[in-house]
Amino acid sequence: MSQERRLRILVAKPGLDGHDRGARVIARALRDAGFEVIYTGCHQTPEQIVQTAIQEDVDLIGLSILSGAHNYSFPRIMELLKENGADDITVIGGGIFPLEDIPRLKEIGIKEIFTPGSKLEDIVKWIRENVKPRKMDAA
Amino acid sequence: MSVVEQVLKGDVRAVARLLRDIDDQVPSTRSILQQLYPHTGNAYVIGITGPPGAGKSTLVDQMTAYYRKQGKTVAILAVDPTSPFSGGAILGDRIRMQRHFLDKDVFIRSLATRGHFGGITKSTHDMITVLDAMGKDIIMIETVGVGQGEVEIAECAHTTLVVTVPGLGDDIQAIKAGIMEIGNIFVVNKADREGAKKTVQELRNLLEMGKKFRMETGAGKNGWDPPVVETQAHKGIGVDTLCGEIEKHREYLTAQAPEELEQIMLKRALHQFSATLKDELFKEVIKRMEGKGLKLEDVAKKIMAKEIDPYSLSRTLIKEEFKEDA
Repeated sequence: MSQERRLRILVAKPGLDGHDRGARVIARALRDAGFEVIYTGCHQTPEQIVQTAIQEDVDLIGLSILSGAHNYSFPRIMELLKENGADDITVIGGGIFPLEDIPRLKEIGIKEIFTPGSKLEDIVKWIRENVKPRKMDAA
Repeated sequence: MSVVEQVLKGDVRAVARLLRDIDDQVPSTRSILQQLYPHTGNAYVIGITGPPGAGKSTLVDQMTAYYRKQGKTVAILAVDPTSPFSGGAILGDRIRMQRHFLDKDVFIRSLATRGHFGGITKSTHDMITVLDAMGKDIIMIETVGVGQGEVEIAECAHTTLVVTVPGLGDDIQAIKAGIMEIGNIFVVNKADREGAKKTVQELRNLLEMGKKFRMETGAGKNGWDPPVVETQAHKGIGVDTLCGEIEKHREYLTAQAPEELEQIMLKRALHQFSATLKDELFKEVIKRMEGKGLKLEDVAKKIMAKEIDPYSLSRTLIKEEFKEDA
């Protein structure tokens, strides 16, 4: 029996930008931290991201976005999670965000936003402190 | 509604959660599996194995498209390796399967090996039970990229595909032992590459040499000759032929060689039973041992310090614990 269940994380890139270097670096850092990371590549629609999160039973979705379309895709993802009864999954974002957008994103339920210059160890630390794996007997 | 009812109804969220609980060995999953077991036996299980980068995920994507066109429902288990150092994993097989994400009749799950050797995960057999019970017609198991000896996939699949690519070495070094013997169908992917014809020819030669052995020992006894199929998975070329060969193998198993099919089912049942029994026995013995104040870690330390050896300790424990019950 495993003492502590392993955290499962979806690293996803919504929208049209193809800059996935950051997402890959994050995925690698999360792997090294001992998490199981599902990486699905670029150009994901909100619908694809939510379906993947459900099928993979993840505890956390990390959205990487550099295109500036976060004000569309992030609310849509939150909406779809709710519609599918999966709003217990924590969602965080990383990438380039105008500072004035951040409070609004947090208002719709994005738990944290990491902007350029964030340290990998800080992201891992935040996850360890704020995301707990789904309870074992919940099924 | 109970988890069992939800699974039988095909509830994706319930299935996804149950699969994780199985992977994490949550004790309550045992009774759920027990209740699902009578509802299984309808799915056709296809194993896809081969070295890393051979194009297994892309093939699975194409085969999924083929089966969906036929109106069949599909489940995919895709295995990637766990880091032996951190215990973490990057599971990236889905990248190749994006076009099926929104199809409600396709269920995809990425799995990490979690220290299990053999190409699949410890939980794969039980997961097949769940996916079968949820009503999927086709279940595809994509193994971790394998070398030579990871043959466990043949114990859960009705049809096993061994996928290779041109240029892996003379006489197909990478697959000549072990997995060479478990393929019901061989696939030379990336067949537009230089050397493809040579790889196909070498494979056919190897299969020809092994023919006598196959005829005498089982697979092949009833006349199944593993075909070699050329594909270019990224363009979808050869996929129809491949799926046609799978269908032929299926027909062969059901019509021509029911005893071979029975052998496959028997092996699977035996594997499932012995794996479960070993697991339960181990847990039971450890529980009783710890009940007497003997911690597993302390025992390991004693073994390391050569105060005791693992062989006699195991025997003593079994003798002591099961004396009265036996």
